[in-house]
Amino acid sequence: MSSTTNSPTHHTSTIGAIGAPSRRNTELALLVFAVVIPVFAYANVGLAINDEVPTGLLGYGLGLGLLAGVGHLVVRKFAPYADPLMLPLATLLNGLGLVVIWRLDQSQRLQLSSTYIEASPRQLLNSALGVALFIAVLVFLKDHRVLQRYTYISMAAAMVLLLLPLVPGLGADETFGAKIWISIPGLGTIQPGEFAKIIIAVFFAGYLMVKRDALALASRRFMGLYLPRGRDLGPILVVWAMSILILVFETDLGSSLLFFGMFVIMLYVATERTSWIVFGLLMSAVGAVGVASFEPHVQQRVQAWLDPMKEYELSKQGIIGHSEQSMEALWAFGSGGTLGTGLGQGNSDLIGFAANSDFILATFGEELGLAGVMAILLLYGLIVERGIRTALAARDPFGKLLSVGLSGAFALQVFVVAGGVLGLIPLTGMTLPFVAYGGSSVIANWALIGILLRISDTARRPAPMPAANPDAEMTQVVRP
Amino acid sequence: MSELTLTVMRLGFLAVLWLFVIVAVQVIRSDLFGTRVTQRGSRRESARPQQAARQAPPQQRGQQSGGGGGRQRRGAPTKLVVSEGTLTGTTVALQGQTITLGRAHDSTIVLDDDYASSRHARIYPDRDGQWIVEDLGSTNGTYLDRNRLTTPTPIPLGAPIRIGKTVIELRK
Repeated sequence: MSSTTNSPTHHTSTIGAIGAPSRRNTELALLVFAVVIPVFAYANVGLAINDEVPTGLLGYGLGLGLLAGVGHLVVRKFAPYADPLMLPLATLLNGLGLVVIWRLDQSQRLQLSSTYIEASPRQLLNSALGVALFIAVLVFLKDHRVLQRYTYISMAAAMVLLLLPLVPGLGADETFGAKIWISIPGLGTIQPGEFAKIIIAVFFAGYLMVKRDALALASRRFMGLYLPRGRDLGPILVVWAMSILILVFETDLGSSLLFFGMFVIMLYVATERTSWIVFGLLMSAVGAVGVASFEPHVQQRVQAWLDPMKEYELSKQGIIGHSEQSMEALWAFGSGGTLGTGLGQGNSDLIGFAANSDFILATFGEELGLAGVMAILLLYGLIVERGIRTALAARDPFGKLLSVGLSGAFALQVFVVAGGVLGLIPLTGMTLPFVAYGGSSVIANWALIGILLRISDTARRPAPMPAANPDAEMTQVVRP
Repeated sequence: MSELTLTVMRLGFLAVLWLFVIVAVQVIRSDLFGTRVTQRGSRRESARPQQAARQAPPQQRGQQSGGGGGRQRRGAPTKLVVSEGTLTGTTVALQGQTITLGRAHDSTIVLDDDYASSRHARIYPDRDGQWIVEDLGSTNGTYLDRNRLTTPTPIPLGAPIRIGKTVIELRK
């Protein structure tokens, strides 16, 4: 052995930043894990409901694995230094969502209802479209800073998308209490607000990058708060008015909260002024109270939040416009307890309509219990954390603001829908990203992850080596 | 399907889900950026025993009988710390290896300093384990405390070694 030879070898060591290795193999390992878990869940549901391993298991596993694999290869080719966690986390959430939607498809009670459609094949198609858009973003968006050129165009585009559901003939019927869908013949309905979320983040990032110094520095100090100048308040007032208008005309609580909240988060990050948060909270409180005082739809949602049991009774008496779902969702969480009833063994299908979209968290709550819901929320938390981490690592201010905005919007959306279903805040019709049934939501969120991966690839890419060899340079002589 | 199987699957699924979360958090942990010192040179497996034989780490001093001569006193320095200059805060563990300083890329500590030469100085342990600094014919010289080095000189603990704008010292 070498211990017997005493040859004087030189041991030198190097100091290097742990820099960013590409971590693609870590991502692959996690992806395999993230595909195996939903397949396990799928088998579990089949065994619990039909006493046999479901026949679609192979197809489902291959489908999800194919989506994940293609996504991984594209990341390997086009964004080799991108964050290793986001793709596996999104895949896992999407896979679990598919399993739970399929599980609700198997429900006898839901199959008897008049609005029953088999949702899981459609959702698998939507996921495929989402991954396709994710790939398109990574392939065609070589550098996220290109988006900066389209600051004002994206503002206009977001406005148009938000207003589309109000256009007569294009907007879908106001069947679900909110006018946020548009119907395109032959394609079905889409929810433009989901895409507007991403586009408006581009506008906010581009706008704030230019204006942040004026917003941060030109202000008067008053009672410990920095009051911005009147003309700098302009944009925040416009966004506020816009979100109030969405609330009034489309009766969509969630989107208006999402847009306004995202703007306040990005303002705070851009200017480091706490006063913006105070202003934002005050303005949203004023707006919410103002709208609630004359908009019956909003009032009813608040009533249902304050007293879900009364709402349930009113609904059971057959009074139109009331919904027993909030109370049923709470019961679902309650009967799930800590460890849940097990996949396929709960009764969350009693929620009926929208059990697989707005209320899908209730099924997780009942069948996986507190432990499962916490894990799901942590998965969302990790995606948001990776987004914020990307913002910290990004070298350009536009990339920083954009990734904070996108992850903030993602976090707010999870908070709004999970908080609504859990009874923490009034319920609003939003979809749980990746998990809930809804094409626009899944597709838009895959695009969001694509943009975040693009930014993180740029941020984590090792800096280019210094061009000239410093050994060759002359050493300067100290002259006393 | 029996009740037991379903219960096992239910708990197993939760365990697997949490395992994923934990693995993800571990990935984040290993992904935190920082600096690290990596051993380089001969293959690591064969390097370790050689190193142990030639120069045992301080804890094993007493038991080691063979090998090359005397041993270090107690209170020997264990690390080299850069206390001034662009690399401030960098530490290198002293494990009996020679540390070269200079602007050359293959130096242990690559100095980004216009006043340093490519191969400026080296720090190495002598046979007694005493750490020695030697100027390698640099343009601007190496200073221990305030004296310019002309010969290899033992380094007292905590004495500043100045090379250009960079100051390093040995610490316990």
